[in-house]
Amino acid sequence: MGIIQQILFLVTLAVAFMLIRKRVVRIKSNIQLGKKSGVTERSSERWKNVLLVAFGQKKMFKRVIPAFLHFWIYAGFLIINLEVLEFIIDGLLGTHRVFAPFLGGVYPVLMNFFESLAVAVLLACVIFLIRRNILKVKRFWSAEMTSWPRLDGNLILVIEITLMVAILTMNATDQLLQSKDDHYVHTGQLFFSSFLMPLFQGHDTQTLVVIERAAWWFHIIGIFGFALYVTYSKHLHIFMAFPNTYFAKLEPKGHMVNMPIVTNEVKSMLGLGAAEAPAGEPGRFGAKDVNDLARHNLMAAYACTECGRCTSECPANLTGKKLSPRKIMMDTRDRMEEVGKGEKGLQDDKSLLGDYITKEEVNACTSCNACVEACPVLINPLEIILELRRYVAMEESGSPAQWNSMFQNIETSFAPWKFAPSDRFNWSKDLQSK
Amino acid sequence: MSDLQISVPTVADLAAKNEVPEVLFWVGCAGSYDDRYKKVTVAFVKILNAVGTKFAVLGSEETCTGDPARRAGNEFLFQMQAMNNITVLNGYGIKKIVTACPHCFNTIKNEYPELGGNYEVIHHSSFLQQLINDGKVKMKEGGAFKGKKITYHDSCYLGRANGVYEAPREVLKALDADLVEMKRCRTTGLCCGAGGAQMFKEPEKGKKDINVERTEEALNTGAKTVAVACPFCMTMMSDGVKNKEREADVKVKDLAELIAESQGL
Repeated sequence: MGIIQQILFLVTLAVAFMLIRKRVVRIKSNIQLGKKSGVTERSSERWKNVLLVAFGQKKMFKRVIPAFLHFWIYAGFLIINLEVLEFIIDGLLGTHRVFAPFLGGVYPVLMNFFESLAVAVLLACVIFLIRRNILKVKRFWSAEMTSWPRLDGNLILVIEITLMVAILTMNATDQLLQSKDDHYVHTGQLFFSSFLMPLFQGHDTQTLVVIERAAWWFHIIGIFGFALYVTYSKHLHIFMAFPNTYFAKLEPKGHMVNMPIVTNEVKSMLGLGAAEAPAGEPGRFGAKDVNDLARHNLMAAYACTECGRCTSECPANLTGKKLSPRKIMMDTRDRMEEVGKGEKGLQDDKSLLGDYITKEEVNACTSCNACVEACPVLINPLEIILELRRYVAMEESGSPAQWNSMFQNIETSFAPWKFAPSDRFNWSKDLQSK
Repeated sequence: MSDLQISVPTVADLAAKNEVPEVLFWVGCAGSYDDRYKKVTVAFVKILNAVGTKFAVLGSEETCTGDPARRAGNEFLFQMQAMNNITVLNGYGIKKIVTACPHCFNTIKNEYPELGGNYEVIHHSSFLQQLINDGKVKMKEGGAFKGKKITYHDSCYLGRANGVYEAPREVLKALDADLVEMKRCRTTGLCCGAGGAQMFKEPEKGKKDINVERTEEALNTGAKTVAVACPFCMTMMSDGVKNKEREADVKVKDLAELIAESQGL
């Protein structure tokens, strides 16, 4: 029996590893559709962002209630996963609670701590489900939150609740078995799961073993399944948030990425002597599709967990315009997945701009940076919006008519309004004649 | 101080005398052409004169920084503007620039360096705060604004874009005014609706105009003065106040105007 379980476990582990690896390779190649970002400098500031914003959850605490609940789940996820290591070793070696003898008196303390985290995670997930589905917190019900994103959010919470129940069930039956079977190492009393013990008290040893094993298998397969599911889900933020904070922009938020290729042309037009020619192919001006964006923009789309804080602060969205910064990130991710999956790749006659994001959305942005400020993991939807605008203006000359007039005014009168350049200094005449 | 001789030297005037201004006042297009914002330009020039700052303006040599072109996607036009401005500024040996426009401020400070224009750039709110801190602008006890409710509307390009939140507030506090905050302020301040070149086109279809939403929030504070520090915010908030038919009792004022008024300039 034992050896069969060990073989089964090894097979499960191998299958899980292969499936997850396949997804990781896909996601990596999707991100590599983008242009190299060349982020290398100021690494100490970048690590500081990873520590404070990703590990420390600093920006989450702008909204206190969800921040605390999220922190429970986050801490639970990080710490309970230490136990998964024990699960995997037990599964492979056919041992049971392999760490217990080494840790001695510390083990029960640890187990009780894990259990309290499990209960906290469970509670937080229940409250989150209530917030999403009963209180209907507005940002979870905006236009881009169609059936799949809503289901995705709920599924994750339900899976997490189920996994926590499995841990507690396993520990309850385990404790009952400790007095009956030598294989079950004594852990001392486990506080939270002991409340579940009466549920299983009437069963004989055989049944208890089955229930305990079932809960164990359910939990570990659940975790593998969850890990695979996460790669398809918004929940991937649990991994991608970390690199995303590292690659986040360090310049002041008002700074727009320069286009050296344009600098070169402008310099030669003005007879200022072109600097060295920029390396690589010229490519498009601005972005029409995902391959025109920088890799860190694409990675950010995988770091987005669709919390909607950006959209809930967006002045355009708040006043009923179609623009939603969250949708910009969701569309970028969906388009990457489509390109990565499709046989034709980028040559499928579709593009991010047009088939996913419309000009109406892009044109409505005030570049106010509220979305950038709001994001707990330093995603920058504004960079993508501005790249799309660059494409429309420079490759299509398709900007709104009033913008084209503004361009013309700047070209001819050196001001966005149509005034004579010679009148620019008239204000001082008014002043001096008074 | 009302008999003050106001002079507005141009950089070219100074250059003819082989002089360089301590600080260049970058007026901006709104400050030069917009009737409402010209008053802010004048107020700031009066303050500069009163405190004896050795400043100058470019006058008719100034042109658009290119900010609206860049935000609307026209990178060529932006860089043409930027390159021409940088050539002029570098030609005159300009080291320090002050401006009352957060968009000009952001562009010259953050975007000109990559194109060869390196200057110390300061927004007029920080400049005014320094004048107050240094005692060059002295606040009278029990001035005209004492105890009066003033609310401050954060400009996105000053606040979130560049982290300048406190300087404008310090200036208002120096007026002895009762500074009341809107619910959305500082990092969560709501945009007036004009940034990102929105100033130059009609908004997309929606259920409300952004400036009306923001003006309602400002009016809800009960303040009779809405302080701004940006020409576009000035236009949007003034239009919002008109939309709410409150222009008789609620005034939208720039920081420089408030300081100039308090000094009797």
